Amino acid sequence: MAIIHSEPLPSRPAPASNSGLTGWLKGNLFSSPFNTALTLICVYGLWQAMPGLVNWFFLDATWSIFGPEGNANEITKQTVAVCKEAGGACWSLISVKHRFMFFGFYPQDEQWRPLLTCFLLIGMVLISGIRAYWKPWLIVAWLAAIVVCFILMMGGVAGLTYVATSKWGGLPLTLGLAVFSVVFALPLGIALALGRRSQMNLIRTLCVSYIELVRAVPLISILFMASFLLPLFMPEELTINKLLRAQIGIIMFAAAYMAEVIRGGLQAIPKGQYEAADAMGLSYWQATFKVILPQALKVSIPPLVGTIIGTFKDSSLVVIIGLFDVLNTTRVAFSSDPPWSPFYLEAYFVGATVFFIFCFGMSQYSQWLENHLDTGHKN
Amino acid sequence: MKSFKLLTTGFLALSLAAASASAATLDTVKERGKLLCGSNGKTAGFSAPNAKGKMSGFDVDFCRAISAAIFNDPDKVEYIPLTSKQRLTALQSGEIDVLSRTTTWTMSRDSGMGLSFAATTIYDGQGFMVHKDLGVTSALELAGAAVCTRTGTTTELNMADFFNKNKMEYKPVVFEDRSEEKSAFFSGRCDVMTADRIAMAGIRANAPGNPDDYIILPEVISKEPLALAVRSNDSEWFSLVRWVAYALINAEEMGVTSDNLAKMLKSEDPAIQRLLGVNGNLGEKVGLKKDWAANAIGAVGNYSEIFERHVGPNSPLKIERGINALWNQGGILYAAPIR
Repeated sequence: MAIIHSEPLPSRPAPASNSGLTGWLKGNLFSSPFNTALTLICVYGLWQAMPGLVNWFFLDATWSIFGPEGNANEITKQTVAVCKEAGGACWSLISVKHRFMFFGFYPQDEQWRPLLTCFLLIGMVLISGIRAYWKPWLIVAWLAAIVVCFILMMGGVAGLTYVATSKWGGLPLTLGLAVFSVVFALPLGIALALGRRSQMNLIRTLCVSYIELVRAVPLISILFMASFLLPLFMPEELTINKLLRAQIGIIMFAAAYMAEVIRGGLQAIPKGQYEAADAMGLSYWQATFKVILPQALKVSIPPLVGTIIGTFKDSSLVVIIGLFDVLNTTRVAFSSDPPWSPFYLEAYFVGATVFFIFCFGMSQYSQWLENHLDTGHKN
Repeated sequence: MKSFKLLTTGFLALSLAAASASAATLDTVKERGKLLCGSNGKTAGFSAPNAKGKMSGFDVDFCRAISAAIFNDPDKVEYIPLTSKQRLTALQSGEIDVLSRTTTWTMSRDSGMGLSFAATTIYDGQGFMVHKDLGVTSALELAGAAVCTRTGTTTELNMADFFNKNKMEYKPVVFEDRSEEKSAFFSGRCDVMTADRIAMAGIRANAPGNPDDYIILPEVISKEPLALAVRSNDSEWFSLVRWVAYALINAEEMGVTSDNLAKMLKSEDPAIQRLLGVNGNLGEKVGLKKDWAANAIGAVGNYSEIFERHVGPNSPLKIERGINALWNQGGILYAAPIR
């Protein structure tokens, strides 16, 4: 006798050992003796480290400020005493010092200006990240943003008090250096990359020499040159602003690296694309801007973002020429005030968080953009 | 070759133009409306951000005094933060008017670099700090010790010289950063820490735990007169900077303070009258008005007030006057008279 089901039987659930938590554990943590050993070692490590970390970070930490309002010395004295007593992290340091950490020597009454500048810069970067806005007006918007940033930071017009560049510091300085480096270095890098592949001897030689020369020296030496040698060559009453010198140095450096990244992208474009563009009767500029560059830039995105993240982090090297970028203000916040100096871990943690937020954001954006632009040239 | 020649001629012409045009720093400063002061910005007590995020400290007050002497306003100063490598170049290239940044006055800096040191503001020297429980009372008992110091400083060099001269073995433990050095010393990774004694007094005063667990040994192994520096091509500016500093020291000697200034202006003492410009016009000799010193003292106080405010026993650094006391009070602070 045969049992014939009129419908297929519902599929049975996977065995308990392959699904749910057990299945996940088995698949990811205990799939082989080696992985099991690794998992156990990691768990043991966490077991040892976590209680201490949690205690330091949260349970024994001090969050508030003690002492009479307005009396800085008394606040410092009482708060530090409480922190030492508690033994954990002293997050009060951040409450007391955050203005210097984020804005450096910028006058405190005017600190809404650098704050606004930061928002403006971040906003512009976010807008530039949206593909629908990649239109000619974006360039105009950028130029306008640059002017507004300068007016905001520098003042001296429109009722804003003048603030010398030697007082600029903290987050706006880091963001400004990084953003302007990329804004100027990217077009320069594209020009250099195209120049390096040019048929014209003179242009090619110039571009190759520039790229090779700049790439052959470390950024520190460029900053040193800009900071020490340049002023000695100049007449005494003519001094180029220190910040501007550093900015130009970083732009020159970043442009050389970007040129090589973009050249890689250019070389990845099949020869057929060039020939097809020529066969259509497009001029060099038409072919470059409508056919070659869009494809070349697309394949260059991952290394390009790598270079941009590198530029962002390199901007903290300006500490060697006495500029107060956000890492330097973070350090000065505790090191220049002896009672606070034992709490350097807390300050560095905040500095690291700032860098992490920006760098991680950039790398996530690049992944999204890569998927977004993936029009299927991969085989 | 030809273009190279052209280039050199160009630079020469530029530098000659610079030399002739830079004759009067005071005029440039007045025209600009502010003094450009080379500072540090990160040394506690000397120049560092205060609670309001403004530059403040011992070094900073000398720039404020100069500004007050010129403009009758101590705040007409722009502080240019400089690293220790940058500071001399910045002065040479005209980026700053005066350097007030814990700079040691040495022969090689004072001669042949186009710089001149106008006045010593504080006398420092390198020393050693040890954990008290080591039972050491002299630096000569430090054979075999692990010594914490910072890399690339004259401190490191002086330490090597000292140990070699006295034929003692030692283990240098060098750090890039002062805070790392401090935590290494306090956590016991090294037995000894070496640095300038004034800085070290500040570190000891803010030790985690009890400052009395650490002692600073009596030996001083180097001389570090920290001084104000200017370019040497302008002797009038040099005198101005020197005499503003000397006026503050003379004011302490005569008991003139920022608080009793109004009373002192009516003083019968001819020396005080000369200092404050009540009688005679010595300010004119350095291109200033006759109340130059009174303005400087009114703005920042005399030497002792500056010292007490930023580095003295009641400040976070808790440094004793020691050799920085006046010459008639057991120290070596001695300013030429104002007359």
